Amino acid sequence: MSGTTNPGGENQLPREHYLNATYGIRSWLLTTDHKRIALLYLASVTFFFFIGGIFATLIRIHLLTPAGYLVTPETYNKLFTMHGVAMIFFFLIPSIPAVLGNFLIPIMIGAKDLAFPKINLLSWYIYLVGGSFVLYSFATGGLDTGWTFYTPLSSIYSNSAVTPAVIGIFINGFSSILTGLNFLVTVHTMRAPGMTWFRLPLFVWAHYATSLIMILGTPVVAITLLLAGLERMFHLGFFNPAMGGDPILFQHLFWFYSHPAVYIMILPAMGVISEIIPTFARKPIFGYSFIAASSIGIAVIGFIVWAHHMFVTGQATYAAIAFSFLSYLVAIPSAVKVFNWTSTLYKGANSFETPMLYALGFIGLFLIGGLTGLFLACLGTDIHIHDTYFVVAHFHYIMVGGAVMGYVGGLHFWWPKMTGRLYPEFLARIAAVTLFVGFNLTFFPQFVLGYLGSPRRYHSYPPEFQVLNVLSTAGASILALGYLLPMVYLVWSMRYGKVAGANPWPSTGLEWKVASPPITENFHETPVVDWEPYDFVHRPDLGLSGSKLPPGKLAPAHGDD
Amino acid sequence: MQSQLPLYPEQASNFAPHVDSLMLFIIAVCLFFAVGITIAVVFLFFKYQRKTAGEIGVPIHGDMRLEISWIVIPFFLLMAMFGWGASIYIDYRHTPSGTLDIYVVGKQWMWRLQQPDGRREINELHVPVNRNIRLVMASEDVIHDFYVPAFRVKMDVVPGHYNTMWFRPTKPGRYHFFCSQYCGTSHAIMGGWVTVMEQDEYAAWLAGTSGTSDPVALGAKLYNELACSTCHQPDGKGRGPSYNGVYGAKVKLADGSTILADDAYIRESILQPTAKIVAGYQPVMPSFQGLVSEEQILALTAYIKAQKDEPVPGKPGAGEPATGKK
Repeated sequence: MSGTTNPGGENQLPREHYLNATYGIRSWLLTTDHKRIALLYLASVTFFFFIGGIFATLIRIHLLTPAGYLVTPETYNKLFTMHGVAMIFFFLIPSIPAVLGNFLIPIMIGAKDLAFPKINLLSWYIYLVGGSFVLYSFATGGLDTGWTFYTPLSSIYSNSAVTPAVIGIFINGFSSILTGLNFLVTVHTMRAPGMTWFRLPLFVWAHYATSLIMILGTPVVAITLLLAGLERMFHLGFFNPAMGGDPILFQHLFWFYSHPAVYIMILPAMGVISEIIPTFARKPIFGYSFIAASSIGIAVIGFIVWAHHMFVTGQATYAAIAFSFLSYLVAIPSAVKVFNWTSTLYKGANSFETPMLYALGFIGLFLIGGLTGLFLACLGTDIHIHDTYFVVAHFHYIMVGGAVMGYVGGLHFWWPKMTGRLYPEFLARIAAVTLFVGFNLTFFPQFVLGYLGSPRRYHSYPPEFQVLNVLSTAGASILALGYLLPMVYLVWSMRYGKVAGANPWPSTGLEWKVASPPITENFHETPVVDWEPYDFVHRPDLGLSGSKLPPGKLAPAHGDD
Repeated sequence: MQSQLPLYPEQASNFAPHVDSLMLFIIAVCLFFAVGITIAVVFLFFKYQRKTAGEIGVPIHGDMRLEISWIVIPFFLLMAMFGWGASIYIDYRHTPSGTLDIYVVGKQWMWRLQQPDGRREINELHVPVNRNIRLVMASEDVIHDFYVPAFRVKMDVVPGHYNTMWFRPTKPGRYHFFCSQYCGTSHAIMGGWVTVMEQDEYAAWLAGTSGTSDPVALGAKLYNELACSTCHQPDGKGRGPSYNGVYGAKVKLADGSTILADDAYIRESILQPTAKIVAGYQPVMPSFQGLVSEEQILALTAYIKAQKDEPVPGKPGAGEPATGKK
């Protein structure tokens, strides 16, 4: 741990690191190194992102004309269902936790690995098995139930390959549960000396909250989908009224997980943003404890808002009022984060390297996504815009504008750590701006579509909605370019990129004290943490000098929050 | 309705103005915060841009007064939205007494709507203006949702449940209704039109005397509206026989007998389609008993009669097995 340069010198990678410690396919497939497992996940979630992306492309092309341009109604229904299933269960949920979280959490807290390295590898294999079932379903008849699998459509009436898909998602749930468990135990038991709870990077706090949801929520959706599968396979009546079941019960059980699952996807992204902003503003994050507490607050309140997906199912009026109230409460911790990120820029030394562009883009898109949630939490307006394109736009702003921007931004931020090399900065900035513009052009028109009353999941639509649909498709083509660019230059940089050094930005976390790429054990000796998070002032090892503060007015080393 | 881009949907029910005002209120609050934060981010970012490579920012850890104010102020704004929204919702869920009740049945992929006097429509709903209408809704299969954007209301139609929804149309006209809960293959075409009529027009429509007085033209309209046209195609290639040249001709039946296609036969075929099946066709036609009035049957008969002189298409021959049908 020798400051900011790699042991091997300024312009070459360290002689030994986790990537060259061992060679051969076995050394990867049987690895228990959390960093290698993170890369295995990176490859697999990218694969599913690609599949989901192809479906999305076909959907947008199809919707160019009111009558539907490309495919039959049946195929269209399969496309949006498979897009949702691939993206949500196999890309968004694992993306940041299983790739960035896996790679970074042990290093950030000063540990050599996760608490259960073999279980970590097992999680990946479970993910692969679950993913294979789902791919099998896609390949043999597809899936046309919508990613929400509402009964009795999914359990009785659908003629598509529902059973293997349900089994795949059930299996994949265990991957999530084990990852969450691993993170929780690791954060509780393996923090380095001096790494107190309130010195944890906010990225770790966000993952702690995410892990709670994974452990408490995933079993419910796994069982729910299994029940739907059993109803389909063996005609056991759980949800089908013809057999004494209740379809509304399915929705309660499904959303009990699937609403918190939205926070599984967005919380880690918020963690990424909370790391990027202080790094490029070069100052402590504003309101550390409020951001940390808001992660936990979101995780807890997020569990009691699920029935806001069901305001028009005929549920009791008082239940709807309670769930609307709670949904408004969950808006507050999200707002607290946005206000604190914004305030962090105040009197900072701001610069806009690529990760910062993603972070600022995230704030903009999450802002729109979060604020439009207020229309849906509102009982009076939800009866109009529920199940319209307004909802589609809202959750894409949160999921793509939020979670994916966070993920891609985080990849750029920690790419030098993961590979030891820098990507071409200019191209990366262009890609970030392209993504932001393309995203808004794709999804903003859908808010208007929804307000005008265009229902979602329609393979054809009334002609007055065509203009907005064409705009959306045009935006999607820009968006696609924005995703393809990083795929190309990131892969290119793995071999040809400039050597990054241990701490290129520089940033304050423990992960930036180890070489890039790190050695298999992360640290030669267990680090001792004697600094506060995001403190640039008392860190001579960062090689930064020019404080904006007049001399003699330094803040205390141990901040009072 | 028109193909140019509308900016907001028509307001045609008692709920629409309330929902729209609430929308505007939330939009105003959202714009305030979105614009405010965007300006703050851009301003702070450029005002405090890094000047030298080694520069660091001023270590500010937080501010309790700010934290409390940006928790408390949004809280009250949110509660205003919540309260306003809840009051509309309570109104929408609390049906007033003395409503005109329409029974709605959703099935994959059509709507059957029944007036209080028993008159039934498919994918069409006629209601009088300025009357409180209550929809009592049931599903025969999966979950559907009855959504009228111009009225700003929707309600799921759930198998095993009766859901109700009410509204008061305020403006005569024709408005789209949609199924807005995904229900399978043809979800996107499971919609239709609500026709809001002046009260006297509605009464005339209910009595069946509205519109055209020419029975053939009325029959032609019904032929399309009742979706006869999907099966009884003129070229004989549909699931039912063509009408061309049928009236007054001898028709061969599936049991080998023949019958004269007269008014009585046509009436029976509409009301009890399975009683006599034309040779080469399957008994797949639903009964229209209760769906059509006697007057409409006369109109349909007149329409079929008018096809007497049309060329008779090649049809599956008597006694031969039907082809391409399940």
